[in-house]
Amino acid sequence: MKTAVIVFPGSNCDRDAAVALEAAFGTAPAMIWHRDNTLPNLDLILLPGGFSYGDYLRSGAIAARSPVLRAVKEQADRGVPVIGICNGFQVLTESGLLPGVLMRNAGLKYVCRDVDLVVESTASPFMRGYKAGQRITVPVAHHDGNYFADDATLDRLEGDGRVAFRYAAHDNPNGSARNIAGILNERGNVLGMMPHPERAIDPKHCGTDGKAMFTGLVEALAA
Amino acid sequence: MSAATAASKAIEITPELVAEHGLSTDEYALILKIMGREPNITELGVFSAMWSEHCSYKSSKVWLKTLPTEGPQVICGPGENAGVVDIGEGLAAIFKIESHNHPSFIEPYQGAATGVGGILRDVFTMGARPVANMNALRFGSPDHPKTRHLVSGVVAGIGGYGNCIGVPTVGGETEFDPAYNGNILVNAMTVGIADADRIFYSAAGGPGNPVVYVGSKTGRDGIHGATMASAEFDQDSEEKRPTVQVGDPFTEKLVMEACLELMATDAIVAIQDMGAAGLTSSGVEMASKGSVGVELDLDLVPMREEGMTPYELMLSESQERMLIVLKPGREAEARAIFEKWELDFAVIGRVTDTGRLVLKFHGETVGDIEVAPLVDNAPEYDRPWEPTPKSPIIHIDDVAAPNDPMEALKQIVGCPNMASRRWIWEQYDHMVMADTNQRPGGDSAVVRIHGTDRALAITTDSTPRYCLADPEEGGKQAVAEAWRNLTAVGATPLAVTNNLNFGNPQKPRIMGQIAGAVSGMGTACRALNFPVVSGNVSLYNETSGEAILPTPVIGGLGLIEDLDRTVTVAIPREGLDLVLIGDTKGWLGASLYLREIAGRAEGAPPPVDLTAEKRNGDFVRGLIQAGRVAACHDLSDGGLGAAVAEMAMASGIGATLTDAPAGLALHGWLFGEDQARYLMAVENGADIIAEATAAGVPAMSVGQTGGDALTVAGTHTISIQELRRSHEEWLPAFMARP
Repeated sequence: MKTAVIVFPGSNCDRDAAVALEAAFGTAPAMIWHRDNTLPNLDLILLPGGFSYGDYLRSGAIAARSPVLRAVKEQADRGVPVIGICNGFQVLTESGLLPGVLMRNAGLKYVCRDVDLVVESTASPFMRGYKAGQRITVPVAHHDGNYFADDATLDRLEGDGRVAFRYAAHDNPNGSARNIAGILNERGNVLGMMPHPERAIDPKHCGTDGKAMFTGLVEALAA
Repeated sequence: MSAATAASKAIEITPELVAEHGLSTDEYALILKIMGREPNITELGVFSAMWSEHCSYKSSKVWLKTLPTEGPQVICGPGENAGVVDIGEGLAAIFKIESHNHPSFIEPYQGAATGVGGILRDVFTMGARPVANMNALRFGSPDHPKTRHLVSGVVAGIGGYGNCIGVPTVGGETEFDPAYNGNILVNAMTVGIADADRIFYSAAGGPGNPVVYVGSKTGRDGIHGATMASAEFDQDSEEKRPTVQVGDPFTEKLVMEACLELMATDAIVAIQDMGAAGLTSSGVEMASKGSVGVELDLDLVPMREEGMTPYELMLSESQERMLIVLKPGREAEARAIFEKWELDFAVIGRVTDTGRLVLKFHGETVGDIEVAPLVDNAPEYDRPWEPTPKSPIIHIDDVAAPNDPMEALKQIVGCPNMASRRWIWEQYDHMVMADTNQRPGGDSAVVRIHGTDRALAITTDSTPRYCLADPEEGGKQAVAEAWRNLTAVGATPLAVTNNLNFGNPQKPRIMGQIAGAVSGMGTACRALNFPVVSGNVSLYNETSGEAILPTPVIGGLGLIEDLDRTVTVAIPREGLDLVLIGDTKGWLGASLYLREIAGRAEGAPPPVDLTAEKRNGDFVRGLIQAGRVAACHDLSDGGLGAAVAEMAMASGIGATLTDAPAGLALHGWLFGEDQARYLMAVENGADIIAEATAAGVPAMSVGQTGGDALTVAGTHTISIQELRRSHEEWLPAFMARP
C-alpha cells in the first residue's frame, strides 16, 4: 500500500507522522514537497501538524491554496482517504474539504497536554480500530483548535454521524463547539482532527491510544 | 582617512561618540594603537561590538579560564558555537545555554523568542538537529506590577518560537524574587544530536573561497543589542525597545532545514550563525579562528530596507541569518538548496590571506581592520573583587517549629517558588518529535535518541538565595544539584553548560560573587567529573544600582543507556519501602522553610560535601541502572517533606513517613535542605540499606508508600488532594488576577 505525507514549509510533525505510518504499514510513506503539482496514485494521504507557511494570514490558510492541495483534492474526490492532523485539520477546513473553522483557543493560549477523547463514529476507515463510545487519551498541541460552525452545520455533522471524536466532557482544551475534536466529510474519506494520534503510538512516549487509528487503516484499506 | 567613504567621513569621532559605544578612554587609546589612525564610524562600531562585555567576556574571562573543560567524553569544549560531547554509537550531543535577559525585560515576547532562536542556531550551526529546548527563568516579586506582564510575554515568546520550529521545550525552572524586579533572567538552552564525525566548525579557510550569506534579509533591528546587553538599566530603559530583535521562527525552521540539507553534502568549509553583533561577530570570528582575512562587499548583503549604511549592515542583529564559507565551485549546489527553501542566498565576499577584515561599499573601502589584534587584544580585566562576607550559621534551635507541620508543607509546596509550573509548560509543545520520555515536572527531562532505546537527560539548576549568602557554596550546589537531578533519573552525567547571570562587575562586591561562584562551580565540576563545555555570561543585570541575586545557572546533560532502566519521581504503587540516601542534619539556614514559614531570609546555605555527593549519587545511579528502584527524587528546596509530597502528587499514591530520628526536631527532618540526598521507593528496603551501609553510603528506612494521604510520625496527615490543590492553584490564579 502506498501512503504519503504532504510536507509544507513549516510542517513539523511530518517526521512523527511518517514514523507512525511506517510502523503500521511496514513501508515508509512518500514525503511529498508542497510544490509538487501531481501526486502518484495513493492509498492514504496525511496532512501533518506544524505551522505551514508560518501560519501567517490564518492557520492553514496559505497551505490550503498551495498547488499540492489541488492534487490532494482530486484524490479525495476519487475517494482516497485523507487525514489532516492539527495544522492538517486547519488546512482541510481552510480548503473547504471539511466544514467549519478552527479559531483561536478559548483560553487564548497555546495548549499542549493529554486529553481524554470519546470515539463517536466508527463508520470510516480511520475509525476501524476503535469502538463507538471508547475513551482514549491522546495529546493536543495547538493555539488554534477551537472548532466552530453554525448550528445547522453542527446539527448536520451530528445527524450524519460525521463527528469522529469528541473531547470528554470537562476536558475540552480549546472551547470547541459541542466538544468536537474531529470530523469527517460527507463521503467519510476525509478526517480532520486536532489531537495527535501519531504521537500516541509508543509506551515510551505518550502511550498507545493513537495506534489503533493506523493499524485500523491498514486493515480497512486491505479489505 | 583614505579608508573612509563620504558618509563615514561626515561623522566625527568625538569622545562622546566613543563613550556612547560603551568604550572607555583606555580602550579607545588601544583602538588607535591597533589601527594606527582614527577609526571611522563603521570601524568604531565593529570594535564596540567585539569588545562589548557580551562578545568579549572581558570581565569574566580571567575566571572562566579556571573551569575544567576536558574529559574523555568531550569532543569540543568552550570557544565554538556550542559544546560537543560523545554519546556513543557514533553520535554526539551538542548543547549550550544562552541568556537573553536585557531584551526580554524591555520586550518580553520578542526578547524571549529570539533568545530561543539564537540558541537553536548555535546548535544547528554545528551540524546537530536540535532535539530539546530547556530554559531557566527568573522574575521579580509576584507583587510587582510588571511581573505578570513579563511572565506572560516571556512564556508566550518561548512557546511561540519553539512550538513553531517544532523542537520540544521539555523543561526548565522558574523562580520569583524581588531582586529581579528590574532585571528578569531568560536563559534558553538547546540540545541537539549530530553524527560525531560530521560536526561543523567556524574557522574560515582557503583564500579565495566564497563567503555566503543565507537566511533572512538584514534590517535595522537589534543594532547595538550586544552593547545594550552590556550596560546597566536606568529609568529610561523602555526607550531601548528598538534595540530588541524581532524573531521569525518560520524562517528559522527553513534556515535550519536548509543548513542541515547542505551539511549532508561536503560543500561547507565553515559555518557560523549571526547572533549578537550580527555580521561583525560572525565575520570576525570566522576569520580569527581560521587565521585568515575576510573581504565583504556590503552592497551584496540582502537588505530589508533601503538606504542602509555600512555601520547598520555590520551591526544589525536581524535574526535567522547565517554566514557560510563554501568550498570553491560549490555555490550552485548550495544555492539550489536555499532556493528550494525560499531563502536568500548571496555570495557577499571572499576569504583572503591578508588577515584583515575589509569592508567594501559602493566601490569604496569603508572598513579595514587587522583581525588578530581586534580579537586577541580585546580588553581583559582582572577586576578588583571583595570576598562575600560569611553568613551566620543558623541553628535549628533558633528556628521556630511550625504550629502544624502539614500546614507548613502545604504552604511550601504552594509557595510561588515551589508551586506547579504546569501553567507554563502546557504552553510549550513538549512532545513534538515524539521522543519525550519524561515530560516537564520531574528531576530531569528525558528525551530519547531517535530510533533507539537510549536517551539524553537534561536539567537546568541554580539556587540564587544560596549564592547570595555564599557564592562559593552556591556555585558548588548548582553543579551538585544538576548532577543529582541527572542521577535521579538513572542518567550518567556527562557535561555542563553554564550561564553566569550577575550584576555590574565593576563593583568589587559583585565581582566577588562572580569569583566565588565560578570557583565553587569549578571545584564541583572537577570533583564530579562534570566538565564545562559551553556557556554564556550576562553581566550588568542591575537597575538604578540594584543588582539581581547572583545566579549561575547550570545546564546539565546526562546519558541513559537503556530507557527501560530509568525512573521518574512518581510513586508507582503501594507497599514500597521509602529509603533516604545521605545524611540529614536538619540544615535550615537559607532554606525555603526559613523564608516561607519563619519569614526569615538569612543564614549560611547548606554546605556541599562533594565526596558524599559523588559516593551517594554513584550508589543511587547503580541501583537505578540495575532496575532496582521504582521511583527516585533528589532532595533540594523544601527538603524531605517537599520531595515526598512531589512524589505522591505525581502519581496520586500517598506515603507514611517515620518520625524524625532521635535528637532531630521534626521541622529539621522534614524541611532541612542538607545536600547529597535522594529519596527512593524500592521493593526491598532492608537489602538496599545493608548494601548502602557496606558501601559507606548513609541510608535509612523512612517509610512506606500507600493510601491517598501523606502521614508523618503516625499523627500528622494531609490528603494528596489538598497538597495538589495548593501546589497547582497558585500560578494559574496569580496569572488570572484581574
